[in-house]
Amino acid sequence: MAASRAPMIVVQNLDYRAGGRHILKNVNLTVYVGETLAIMGASGSGKTSLLKIIGGLARPTSGRVFIGESDIGGLSEHRLNRVRLVMGFVFQYAALFDSMTVAENIAFGVRRHYNYTREQIARIVAEKLRVVGMEGTQDLLPEQLSGGMQKRVGLARALAMDPLILLYDEPTSGLDPVTTTGIDDLMIHLRDAFGVTSVVVSHHIPSIFRVADRVAMIHSGEIRAVGTPDEIRQSEDEAVQQFIHGTSQGPISGIG
Amino acid sequence: MRVAGRGWTASFVGLFEFIGENGVLLGQAARFLAAGAMGGLETVRQMSLIGVNSLPIALVTTAASAAVLSLQSAAQAVPYGLGSLVGGLVSASVAREVAPVLTGVVVAARVGSAIAAELGTMKVTEQVDALRSLAVDPVEYLVVPRFLACVIMLPVLTMYADAIGVVAGYMVAVASGVSPGGYIASATNPTFISMYDVLMGMAKTVVFGAIIALVGCQQGLRTRGGAAGVGQATTNSVVLSIMLIYISNYFLSEMIWM
Repeated sequence: MAASRAPMIVVQNLDYRAGGRHILKNVNLTVYVGETLAIMGASGSGKTSLLKIIGGLARPTSGRVFIGESDIGGLSEHRLNRVRLVMGFVFQYAALFDSMTVAENIAFGVRRHYNYTREQIARIVAEKLRVVGMEGTQDLLPEQLSGGMQKRVGLARALAMDPLILLYDEPTSGLDPVTTTGIDDLMIHLRDAFGVTSVVVSHHIPSIFRVADRVAMIHSGEIRAVGTPDEIRQSEDEAVQQFIHGTSQGPISGIG
Repeated sequence: MRVAGRGWTASFVGLFEFIGENGVLLGQAARFLAAGAMGGLETVRQMSLIGVNSLPIALVTTAASAAVLSLQSAAQAVPYGLGSLVGGLVSASVAREVAPVLTGVVVAARVGSAIAAELGTMKVTEQVDALRSLAVDPVEYLVVPRFLACVIMLPVLTMYADAIGVVAGYMVAVASGVSPGGYIASATNPTFISMYDVLMGMAKTVVFGAIIALVGCQQGLRTRGGAAGVGQATTNSVVLSIMLIYISNYFLSEMIWM
């Protein structure tokens, strides 16, 4: 899919330190409107930190992060919340509110931010559940769902406020191959049907090449390569090749 | 802040982190309260969890303590013919110290730990981040209702504890040879105990409630490291808030009654 070239997310000279470690080093990255960018890298490479910074869940140590026009690095919590409203975050283990039903989870943000009637909210919940293929599960509790179903509900919750941007943290980790393809198809559908801009953090190679318009490889907190899936496959960067082929010899330490 | 097992420097840094984080949390909660964010139904739910469900343990511990206080006072006073002082002594002690402090301590153990465990679990399972990603401030949604519930319900619990303490003291005193009339006369004698004492005893627990909620929330929200981290946060919240209740109680009593 040809993405239009207006930037939606721009990361400039981003540095991030936490807990005495230098996690992200001078990261520069642009995500264009309507495209799906996958960030791949080994465990501990800093990819989840990058996603959390983009989502406004962690603060950069230095550098700038633009979501549309707003530089979110310096925003107060209150103003940051305005920006968060246009972003949906899909968590690695779904992070559903475990004391609430599926419907309450999905309705949570909408209820807090908009004055919708009960019927309107019920309609939104049903619609989002239909999008993720989970019709009729409104009254179940998260503990009654499988891992894949929890992720779908987490996605429905992220979709409830009709975000322009979706951020996925390891959307397919821990899922069986069939469920993985189902989630991949869902991500592709959301991009094609709603024009959502997406950033996907993953280390699952087949899934990355299936869903991504472009791929960024991150290693030890640095972006090593950015390009289309074909460009990345042909990249001469050692870390990229090692990661794609999963070999134990190379710059990426297998014990990370 | 870890309670044990680290060097002095780290403990010192930890102490300042602890004070700083609690201060910030209090400031943030106060800002939401000043803006009129009272937590709505969630606050009512927490009041029921914190207040109503803590009533039995607060009543039992205070009654038993007042009983033993009465027993020992009577044992000392009756042989000297001073049995009529027991009522005043017991009710003054109960209203000023025993009921407020014991209520604070049992609620710290029962509720402070539950707050830390709940918020800690939410933190390590990324539910706190999920709130933030949905543009909901965790301080507004999680801290404010618990803070309000603790601050409102502790004085209420203390009032019930006062009442049962005086009654338990009466029964033991009478069984130990104090005359019923003498007990009641001294227990209502303003030289021993006034309405001011009762109200100030309850007022102290507003501070205890704030300590319990803040420390529980602070320990919960800074939890790291899975199940073990949640356990650590829970333990820390109880240890720290009980210590802080005892220490602040001394200074509060000194301020109020000296």
